[in-house]
Amino acid sequence: MYRILEKQDLSEAVKLFVAEAPQVARKARAGQFVIVRNDDHGERIPLTIADYNREAGTITLVVQEVGKSTMQMGKLKASDSFATIAGPLGHPTEIENYGTVICVGGGVGIAPVFPIARALKEAGNTVISIIGARNRSLLFWEERMRSVSDELVVCTDDGSYGRKALVTEPLKELLEARPGRINRIWAIGPAIMMKFVAQTTRPYNVPTIVSLNTVMIDGTGMCGGCRVVLQDGAQFVCVDGPEFDGHKVDWNSLMSRLAFYRDEERQAVEHWQHVCNLEQVPGGEVA
Amino acid sequence: MAPLAAKERMKIASQDMPVQEADVRAGNFDEVALGFTLELARMEAERCLQCARPQCVDGCPVGVQIPEFIKALRDGDMVAAVQAMKAKNNLPAICGRVCPQEVQCESRCLVGLKNQPVAIGRLERFVGDFELRSRSCPPTRGASTGKKVAVVGSGPSGLTCAVDLARLGHSVTIFESLQNPGGVLVYGIPEFRLPKAVINAEIEFAAGCLEIDIRTDYVIGRTLTIGELLQEYDAVFMGTGAGLPSFMRIPGINFNGVLSANEFLTRVNLMKGYQFPQYDTPVKIGRKVAVVGAGNVAMDAARCSLRLQTQHARLNGQQPGEVHVVYRRSRDEVPARLEEVHHAEEEGIIFDFLTNPIEIFGDERGNVRGMRCIRQQLGEPDASGRRSPVPIPGSEFDMDVDTVIMALGTSPNPLVFVDAEGLQRTRHGTVVADQDSGRTTMPKVWAGGDVVTGAATVISAMGAGKRAAADIDHFLQGDSAW
Repeated sequence: MYRILEKQDLSEAVKLFVAEAPQVARKARAGQFVIVRNDDHGERIPLTIADYNREAGTITLVVQEVGKSTMQMGKLKASDSFATIAGPLGHPTEIENYGTVICVGGGVGIAPVFPIARALKEAGNTVISIIGARNRSLLFWEERMRSVSDELVVCTDDGSYGRKALVTEPLKELLEARPGRINRIWAIGPAIMMKFVAQTTRPYNVPTIVSLNTVMIDGTGMCGGCRVVLQDGAQFVCVDGPEFDGHKVDWNSLMSRLAFYRDEERQAVEHWQHVCNLEQVPGGEVA
Repeated sequence: MAPLAAKERMKIASQDMPVQEADVRAGNFDEVALGFTLELARMEAERCLQCARPQCVDGCPVGVQIPEFIKALRDGDMVAAVQAMKAKNNLPAICGRVCPQEVQCESRCLVGLKNQPVAIGRLERFVGDFELRSRSCPPTRGASTGKKVAVVGSGPSGLTCAVDLARLGHSVTIFESLQNPGGVLVYGIPEFRLPKAVINAEIEFAAGCLEIDIRTDYVIGRTLTIGELLQEYDAVFMGTGAGLPSFMRIPGINFNGVLSANEFLTRVNLMKGYQFPQYDTPVKIGRKVAVVGAGNVAMDAARCSLRLQTQHARLNGQQPGEVHVVYRRSRDEVPARLEEVHHAEEEGIIFDFLTNPIEIFGDERGNVRGMRCIRQQLGEPDASGRRSPVPIPGSEFDMDVDTVIMALGTSPNPLVFVDAEGLQRTRHGTVVADQDSGRTTMPKVWAGGDVVTGAATVISAMGAGKRAAADIDHFLQGDSAW
């Protein structure tokens, strides 16, 4: 069992957990992920490591409630435990001094982009960060991102905070304004955002790294459920990634694979809410 | 029963083990074979000739004292039967269920020359199940040697190696990447062939008695590496299996609904997807499923698919779908155990022999909607000694399927080899290790089971774990240098 030491609500649907996992914290590096299970009935969920503290033996996870497992996770509180935290998995981000880099974080993707931006900054890069979300209530870690960035652009889709724009707009402006001077770009967020970031940067020929979060079971290369189609064949996100060249990813295939279990995801949420409701009725039986 | 002459023993009919009827078991995940009753077991035990030079023992990869345990069983001394069994095999309830006895011990049985051989496997299971309930014979840890051994992987080879080493007094820690110990026994082999309760009981009992520390959620190669383990332990045994799935290189292989048998079976078995949504991990129930390949894993995948279909159909008052096993060679070359094929056919699985997929079709959402195959004929023997399948020109045809499960064999997962400097591997990705001792080319690292042989049987992995444990013990006691 992996005890939760701290829980924060970053927004209504985005929750932060600091959990004890010393063997993971000891090895964790920016860009890697862990597999988490809520309890003995839980599925294995890949979550990117948002931060780690080797001395304290803890890792930080930021989770957006999108389905049954993450909603259930959202109900956990400090001193509760996760049944599984396994990792760190996947390859770490290749940190070097590239020159000037842009880190784009969309929605819950702001969390995993943070340790990457920090490591890039520590390696001597000029770091420009762009963070965005649908609306103000979904934004978090603005100050944290600012602390590791030379410049920070904040935007919301609906204009409720910062600039009213999709992350691709300031990104394109930066590429236009500093031709040839942006050396590398990271983008983490919803698949659709990463797809459009890759599309935006392609004409400028700037290497664009995306971190993929696909359906996974074991996370160690055993099942192949996470495979992603690239220009030169399929690879496993869990062991070959999770970071890939965004210009080589077949985004349509990726998005269709992400949607494959949509019916089951809906069914799981309905079942869970039904059980939850029953549990709230005095004397209610759990089906 | 008075002692019988060999002639009379030969006349006793082979005893059938009760099984769930095919139409019943097709709708559940409960165990198919129900096990002998005491009467049936003792009657079957009476068939053993107690040969002076028992050939059956030579046929067993771990050398179980077969005549001794059978004799004790028919004498009604179950504790002695367990003791005889556990002298060589600590996991009889598992082996009795999944060993291919028909090509091992039972194939050497003299009774089998004229008659059905003695059902050694079923008797082994009977003894194993007795011990699961009675716990008459707890394994004991030898006096502590002060030596520490890391065992990577908790499948058949790792478990066997760990148990033997702990009995000899070494301090053993098992590292397992998944949430439950058991390796392929829990993620691969379905409940209806090997109930999880049996595996868990065997492992918990042995690990508890022998003070074996099992650390789950440790992904060796990531959480810790072989190199790091060597800094803390006096020896490392790698029993990491063959977990990497193979996919065919044909168009359409990445459509939704094409999955590895590993993924499908892990969803169903380890994650209990057949109980979704009580358990969180979903598994898609195809209407028409094609399982490609005809090994034991293919049989497991096909039979799991059929059960899911039947459960679903009964729940919704629909007709169940179809499950096909698509195999490029003929029935004679099928690598699965005969019993598995037989059970699969009884349950209604359709076998398409001499058929090979060449393309998978998808719909506008990227989901599988069909598979193009070509008929094959058998040509000259290939490297495996089996006649190689040759496509028949112009024989292409399309199958209407929505799920394709690839059961084409597996190879070792390369993740574990991170930071394992000097550990040689073959071009198939398997570890180079001495067959008798399990020693690899990396000092103080032993390996055994599927990681060395490629996908093979539970019992051969156990045999390798046993041999390695003996050699590790010699090394740690100073009886042999590296």
